[in-house]
Amino acid sequence: MADTLKLELVSPERLLLSEQVEMVIVPGAEGVFGVLPLHAPTISTLKPGFVQVYKGGAVAESFFVTGGFAEVTATTCTVLVDEAIPQGNLTREYAAQRLAAAKSRLDQAANDDDRRLAQVAIDNAEAMVQAAA
Amino acid sequence: MPSLKEFRVRIASVQSTKKITSAMKMVAASKLRRSQDAAEAARPYAERMERMLGNLAGAAAGRVGALPMLAGTGKDDVHLVVLMTANRGLAGGFNSNIIRSGRTLVRELLERGKTVKILAVGRKGRDAMRRDFRELIIGEYTEFGRKTVQFAEANEVASKVTAMFAAGEFDVATMIYARFKSAVSQIVTRQQIIPFPVPQASPTGDAQVVYDYEPSDNEILGALLPRNLAIQVFRAMLENAASFFGSQMAAMDSATRNAGEMINKLTLRYNRQRQAMITKELIEIISGAEAV
Repeated sequence: MADTLKLELVSPERLLLSEQVEMVIVPGAEGVFGVLPLHAPTISTLKPGFVQVYKGGAVAESFFVTGGFAEVTATTCTVLVDEAIPQGNLTREYAAQRLAAAKSRLDQAANDDDRRLAQVAIDNAEAMVQAAA
Repeated sequence: MPSLKEFRVRIASVQSTKKITSAMKMVAASKLRRSQDAAEAARPYAERMERMLGNLAGAAAGRVGALPMLAGTGKDDVHLVVLMTANRGLAGGFNSNIIRSGRTLVRELLERGKTVKILAVGRKGRDAMRRDFRELIIGEYTEFGRKTVQFAEANEVASKVTAMFAAGEFDVATMIYARFKSAVSQIVTRQQIIPFPVPQASPTGDAQVVYDYEPSDNEILGALLPRNLAIQVFRAMLENAASFFGSQMAAMDSATRNAGEMINKLTLRYNRQRQAMITKELIEIISGAEAV
């Protein structure tokens, strides 16, 4: 048991991943950190970046996340994300499309609330474009 | 006594009504299953969020400068009522039950001298509130849940509520929706969302674990609370959608049954009258023959 930890990757819509893994790389707000078994209990917010799942000494799966929270204990790592896109689905075209959609949303924003939401969408999309490049 | 032709027309029309209601029942049943699945799939996130929140709030409890989203503004003057209904009707008492609860709450609050603001999610609720409290409505969402409930939609509502709260536009927020108990039973629920009642961290198990916080616990809590609000709204919207289809299914089921009963009754009367006509014609022929 000591050489794996349980990773749960959850988005608001559903449980994306729940399995035993060797290591997880999480994009924490104060820097990317790796989680191995027996990690000190931590709660951290996330910034846009990749959650990478290591199995058998190599990256088995990788998701781009726009933000969220991670809760780490000695035996588990729970990642609550706002949105997760498998790395394979994150193409430059897709990211550019998202950015364009977010920008047109800002143009159409009727009030401050809309503008603020659109700005968040743009920031996320820009991070996505960078990650896809 | 209506003529035979009139009976035939009535029967045909009730029959087509029955076809429509039974088709609607089938559609509602399949949509119910889908929305139940969606509600199920959203549960893990809400559960883990709750656990994390319990942990954090436990750590932050009793400290000065607790966040207003947890502690409230210390006042109780302005209330926000988030009324969640469906966009469409034909679902039995679904919308009217929610609306009645909303109306009662608003009246109570007004009587106690509070200021009330209404945020209407769903067209039916907005229409009803417009009749009674037009000037209290401060926002409405009537385009939601066209197909399935999206988290982005819940997020939109939640950020609006959060922004309003941050701007000091209300002190207490209550959400009204129908909790899904089973396909035949939905419970209209009032849930206070701001200030948020803190889930008690379980006394057993790992409640004693001391976490490292990155960045600080207050900052995480500050980010977590609005997110939690969005989750609560999302859950309510999912429950509401499931309740709506459950209620619609039940309503359409009883409508189909009523239509069937009506067809039976009409057919009976139709046949009776047909018999009476035949008898009458026979009597006429016989008495005519006797007269010759």
